[in-house]
Amino acid sequence: MSLRLGGAVALAAAYLAFTAVPAFAGPTLDAVKSKGQLTCGVNTGLPGFSSPDSQGKWTGLDVDICKAVAAVILNDTNKIRYTPLSAQQRLTALQSGEIDLLVRNTTWSLTRDAQGLDYAPVVYYDGQGLMVPKSLGVTSAKQLDGATICVQPGTTTELNLADWFRAHNLSFKPVVIEALDELNAAFFAGRCDVLTTDISGLAGVRASVATKPDDFIILPEVMSKEPLAPVVRHGDNQWRDIVSWTIYALIEAEEKGITQANVDAKLKDVDPSVQRLLGVQGDLGTGLGVDKAWAYRAIKAVGNYGEIFERNIGKKTPLKLDRGLNALWTNGGLMYAPPVR
Amino acid sequence: MSDSNVTVTKAAAPPGQAAFHLSINNPVVRAILAQLGVALAVALVAWYLVGNTMDNLARLSIASGFGFLDREAGFQIGETLIEFGPQDHYSTAFLVGILNTLKVSGIGILLATLLGVVLGIARLSSNWLVARIAAFYVETVRNVPLLLQLFLWYGLLTEGLPGPRQALSPLPGIFLSNRGLKLPAPADDPIWAWVAALFGLGVILTLVITAWNAKRQAATGKRLSMLPIGLGLILGLPLSVLLASGGGAIDMPVLQGFNFRGGMTLSPEFAALLFGLVIYTAAFIGEIVRSGILAVPKGQTEAATALGLTRGQVLRLVVLPQALRVIIPPTTSQFLNLTKNSSLAVAIGYPDFVSIANTTINQTGQAVEGVLAIMAAYLVISLSLSFLMNWYNSRVALVER
Ligand SMILES: N[C@@H](CCC(=O)N[C@@H](CS)C(=O)NCC(=O)O)C(=O)O
Repeated sequence: MSLRLGGAVALAAAYLAFTAVPAFAGPTLDAVKSKGQLTCGVNTGLPGFSSPDSQGKWTGLDVDICKAVAAVILNDTNKIRYTPLSAQQRLTALQSGEIDLLVRNTTWSLTRDAQGLDYAPVVYYDGQGLMVPKSLGVTSAKQLDGATICVQPGTTTELNLADWFRAHNLSFKPVVIEALDELNAAFFAGRCDVLTTDISGLAGVRASVATKPDDFIILPEVMSKEPLAPVVRHGDNQWRDIVSWTIYALIEAEEKGITQANVDAKLKDVDPSVQRLLGVQGDLGTGLGVDKAWAYRAIKAVGNYGEIFERNIGKKTPLKLDRGLNALWTNGGLMYAPPVR
Repeated sequence: MSDSNVTVTKAAAPPGQAAFHLSINNPVVRAILAQLGVALAVALVAWYLVGNTMDNLARLSIASGFGFLDREAGFQIGETLIEFGPQDHYSTAFLVGILNTLKVSGIGILLATLLGVVLGIARLSSNWLVARIAAFYVETVRNVPLLLQLFLWYGLLTEGLPGPRQALSPLPGIFLSNRGLKLPAPADDPIWAWVAALFGLGVILTLVITAWNAKRQAATGKRLSMLPIGLGLILGLPLSVLLASGGGAIDMPVLQGFNFRGGMTLSPEFAALLFGLVIYTAAFIGEIVRSGILAVPKGQTEAATALGLTRGQVLRLVVLPQALRVIIPPTTSQFLNLTKNSSLAVAIGYPDFVSIANTTINQTGQAVEGVLAIMAAYLVISLSLSFLMNWYNSRVALVER
């Protein structure tokens, strides 16, 4: 058996050595068009965000963003190749050109932004949380002095954990396990007192892995800011613009009341801003390097941001997440698209 | 390209050697050209790879260099041999990782060797059942991927054992739970320094007496039994001081909050990795030992038996020393395998060097440097181990007259 250098990290280093990273000036759009396929990096399986169902079909909020981009460029949400990536593999997979776009509950941070990457707008405002079994009798993170905590490497989670405990002058013991399945197994077997990751991730794990979800609680403390956003390679401005405005279009659509169901009817709407967004008036797409009906296709394919949210992670799903910070700015949330004009 | 090589080499050849045909038909010239060609190709590929990597890194504006090593690490490590906290530097974190790798490989090599020798001998046993069991062990363990075995051990230790509040306590101060095995540990007390010093003294005295005993046996044929002497010196000496002083202070593990505090811990991660590595590698070492023993001619055993040696003596004094010459070289490579396989640690959460280097790469983004550090560390460990084993091999090798 050969030395296992932490999965893809070594591979990625090899990629950097063997491949030529695509040069600038819109190469990603051209490459996607000529391949006729969008290669989208997603999670290996995080319910609500990106996970394959029993037929191998991918669903989730992150997956819907991939689909929207594919609809804009290729007019076909089936022309996507999903590349499941572990926490450690994801950034190098993008840097090395293995994928065109990374939509994998990835936190936007300065260090990552400066690693040859660029971020599109946030699609889910999250924060790090702590999940414990109810039987532990803990109601606040401040009571966790001396706890053993299960955490996945390659995440911002791993980094925030030590900071938070230092700031609160508490001690803890990390158990760092690479594969999410094994990590969850260790936590549910009682090896750790606490499981920590993004609160949305905890909700997903609780809903899908715990035998009795009600036996576990997520503590009230939010330990960090985790703005989850799609990632592209640094320097390909056109590509970043397309991904960014696709997301803005989905947010704008919610604000204007355009849904997957009524988008065709809305083509006849008298509101000029709706007409511009759907390409009835003007030609906003050309500036991006796509055609007039770009936003129409995205909305037609996956619905507006609110629909995507409710379908995948909202109150009617096992994750039961509130809109919270992810409500439209008009409803007191942070979802805000710049003028589409 | 090969054409231009030919001309260059021809021109560079010293004129004095012209007598020996400087032609492509001369096998010596051809051999030299082939060597040069390979060297050149390797250099070109290396040059291309390094250049390309630098280009790509620059284009992605990824900084390179090892400057990050003396920045604050900011992460916590679950088990360490030296003091470590998030305020320490990445270089200290690396050291912690290397020590953890050395700890599990060192203990693993020792135990795998012991178990391997037992297995090798057992497979050759005249007792049918013992031989069968050993054969079954070897065949099963060798053919199941190590990673699966690690998951199995880790699963057994974490799912099979109760939580800390229901820990099994076979003896006072000893607790077994899914948080690991908690044992009483020597507390901060000067008496333990004396105990350690006397233990060391006992080991040295035993070695000296053993050497003297061997000389005496060579000269007079008389021999003292070493077992009671060794035990008395190595264990008796420190124990008597400990008892005389009324016993040293002991740090007992106690359940506090939801975990144990104090005492020493054998973590489930370490235990699972150690079990996995030892049990897997011992199967291979067992086969090597078996083949080594079979390589010793039967006449040796017969002659030794004819001299009146007991079966144990035949094995210990005649067969094993000769078998060692066959056993050591392939065993060395098993030791190296065990060390390298310990990098599977991150799969079950043991903080070995690879796991810590991965975390560092995640924090700093210095993937190329991190992977280089991993390669360098394993290279140094492997080379030192080979060096040591080669030295030992040359000592036991047959000295021919
Ligand atoms: N948002 C954090 C954490 C993202 C993350 O990787 N979360 C884990 C735990 S929920 C995950 O999705 N793991 C899935 C996997 O590795 O397969 C980050 O960007 O570092």
